[in-house]
Amino acid sequence: MARVCNACRYCEGLCPVFPAIERRLSFSESDLRYFANLCHDCGECLDACQYAPPHPFGVDVPRTLAAIRRASYQHYAWPHAFSGLFERSTLTLVLSAVLAPVLFAATLAVTAGAETFLAPHRDADGAFYQVMSHTAMVGLFGGLAVLSVMALLVGVFRGWQDLIDTAVPAPSPVTVRQALRDVLTLRYLGPHRDVDRGFRRVWHHCTFYGFLLCFAATSVAAVYHNLMGWMAPYPLLSVPVMLGVLGGVGLILGPIGLLWIKVRRPAERHDRAQFGMDVVFLVLLFETSVTGFLLLALRESAAMGPMLGIHLGAVAGLFVMLPFGKFVHGVYRCCAVLRSVIEGGLK
Amino acid sequence: MEKRAAMDSDQVYDVLVAGGGNAALCAAITARTAGAKVLVLESSPKHFRGGNSRHTRNLRCMHDRPSPPLTGSYTAEEYWRDLSDVTDGHTNEVLARMVIAGTASCREWMIDHGVRFQPSLGGALHLSHTNAFFRGGGKSLINAYYRTAHRLGVDIEYDTEVRDIGIDEGRFEHAVVVHNGQERVIRAKAFVAASGGFQANLNWLREAWGDAANNFIIRGTPYDTGVVLRALMDRGVKTTGEPTQCHAVAIDGRSPRFDSGIVTRVDAIPLGIVVNTRAERFRDEGEDLWPKRYAIWGRLVAQQPDQTAFVVFDAQAIGLFIPPMMPPVEAASLAELGALLDLDPVAFTRTVSVYNDAVQPGTFDRTALDSCTTQGVVPPKSHWARRIDTPPYYAYPLRPGITFTYLAVVVDERARIVWEDDTPARNVFAAGEIMAGNILGQGYLAGLGMSIGTVFGRKAGEEAARSARDDR
Repeated sequence: MARVCNACRYCEGLCPVFPAIERRLSFSESDLRYFANLCHDCGECLDACQYAPPHPFGVDVPRTLAAIRRASYQHYAWPHAFSGLFERSTLTLVLSAVLAPVLFAATLAVTAGAETFLAPHRDADGAFYQVMSHTAMVGLFGGLAVLSVMALLVGVFRGWQDLIDTAVPAPSPVTVRQALRDVLTLRYLGPHRDVDRGFRRVWHHCTFYGFLLCFAATSVAAVYHNLMGWMAPYPLLSVPVMLGVLGGVGLILGPIGLLWIKVRRPAERHDRAQFGMDVVFLVLLFETSVTGFLLLALRESAAMGPMLGIHLGAVAGLFVMLPFGKFVHGVYRCCAVLRSVIEGGLK
Repeated sequence: MEKRAAMDSDQVYDVLVAGGGNAALCAAITARTAGAKVLVLESSPKHFRGGNSRHTRNLRCMHDRPSPPLTGSYTAEEYWRDLSDVTDGHTNEVLARMVIAGTASCREWMIDHGVRFQPSLGGALHLSHTNAFFRGGGKSLINAYYRTAHRLGVDIEYDTEVRDIGIDEGRFEHAVVVHNGQERVIRAKAFVAASGGFQANLNWLREAWGDAANNFIIRGTPYDTGVVLRALMDRGVKTTGEPTQCHAVAIDGRSPRFDSGIVTRVDAIPLGIVVNTRAERFRDEGEDLWPKRYAIWGRLVAQQPDQTAFVVFDAQAIGLFIPPMMPPVEAASLAELGALLDLDPVAFTRTVSVYNDAVQPGTFDRTALDSCTTQGVVPPKSHWARRIDTPPYYAYPLRPGITFTYLAVVVDERARIVWEDDTPARNVFAAGEIMAGNILGQGYLAGLGMSIGTVFGRKAGEEAARSARDDR
């Protein structure tokens, strides 16, 4: 495929993948992983390709790169024993999106006792912590976060070694700034009139910035609790709740939009295994957000206990899956975009 | 439902367009915009729509000042000089100048109808002041035009070939078409022939070239079989040009018979030497800058025994040309390379050493007519002559790659075809490769095919719509 692209070059103006191919005369596996993580899978080059199937050359850049990209996630993943999770989307979906919330709620019910678990609570009493103590919550999620972040960091390190360390020259503040801008604006998730008219970028922004806002909400809440000594739940107009609500809306709209675009894509435009991985991550984000809102709405009712269990279970599922699911694409994409900027980017 | 309506035999279209490439769509969109009811008949399946336009990437434009993506200027006079140079005067100056003038304004129209431009492709920077490149290449352009045609309400039928046309006293009456194996008659008030040359018709090529045609490779669409061209000829259209004249380049001899497009083109010739199957050189490989000479090598190879040649170069040339899709034949020594190419090893090594001994010292510069030349060898190599002495040694087998044929229906400046008695037809028009031979009697200028297709496509659409309107 890369040889056909390098001889043709018609797609050179579409995105930085093609200039990256043209800068090489031969292609190592590491090069292919770099192209793959640089590709945003917009599909425009497939429509532009004079050699796309059913042409006998059968060039399908997006699908070829999607398979390489998925394999690269497994290649970088640590501990490697878990890398199989990238492929087993049904299993991970059941474990993280269904079993984790159910088991979590069940565990809370047992530890807190049925009476506390099912009793209506008032915000003023620090409702959440009557069901699960703050120490337990921090201990559990802190632990999960440490493990996840550790696994992620090792993966990032391996990806960085593969994608960036070989780049010449090394990253500079200028190239890093440009790469960050390209990533944060999703410069290359371009509108492709035949496929999504630019909505994919909008939904991705909702999802990504929604995720960031929710993360910010949690961080502010941690400051409130630990430094100010203010206990959750916080009032509706407090900073953590407002950030969480905004981010949560993004995390509902974004994943729905992205899923909608995904299912409407014709089958021949999918890498099957990648599709499953994408769906798991989007469902987890959506579930986290929806259960968060339900918890907000029901927090002074008898359903608060079970809702808290389900929400925290969903969050736990999301956390555990971070290093072994679609979440990692962002990290490696950043590396690949940075390398492309270093090499000269889109001509 | 839609299909039935479009192919309804009771319906009389204003404009019927035979063909589905750039010229056809420019005609269809223009006629539709002028209010005509238009049907486009594309003989290929939807996926392969667009004829040879699918494989194009730019059009040659005149411009008096820098106008992005074009740099510098390219005046009408320069354009005309380049054209009369490559065609050696075999061109209709009135029509040629009309195309040249038309390219000054057509980009705006193209952009309005969905086409996007970009700076010159890497490896084609020398074209940055003459040729405007399509973002995403010719298939993107074709997709944009189909999208636009669809939006404007042009009827489009794929897998539908025009087999014959009914002419009554010089007037187009109907076309006989085949769709899904069924023959139908479609009536229209005006007809635009934009169905390409006949290069994919191997029998016709054999008529012109004899058995040599068996070794030709067709670079583009397998659907350009010249059926409409033949039908018009049978109905008494005046033609121009020789059936052996065509746009042909040297391509990788291992290419598939049809449709390999740009990726099998071999641009290494100025960087090495070219020998035929007798291991003899036959032409100055460094005569002029490659963009001015690439289009002569198809014919040159076609004139060699077995229509086969080999471009031979060494490690110094790697990285200086765009590598074709397939890797070159590679060997550690010249004798070994000769054997791999099935050449007489003694004759081959002698040819290379005679050439090497003739190479004079000079300063190599791929981008200019440099001072590296030969002395005392026939044919000489005027530029970029360097000794072939750095292993590994490489070769690409070459065959003639036909892009499109030049035998054309004669048209006037209103894109009307002209009958044998020199009267222009009232309601039959032509655009694109089927009439490009009016302007290109021989030779080729990069990007000219799309210029002719765009300018004459629009003209044919405009005139066809007018002719249909006057008919009411």
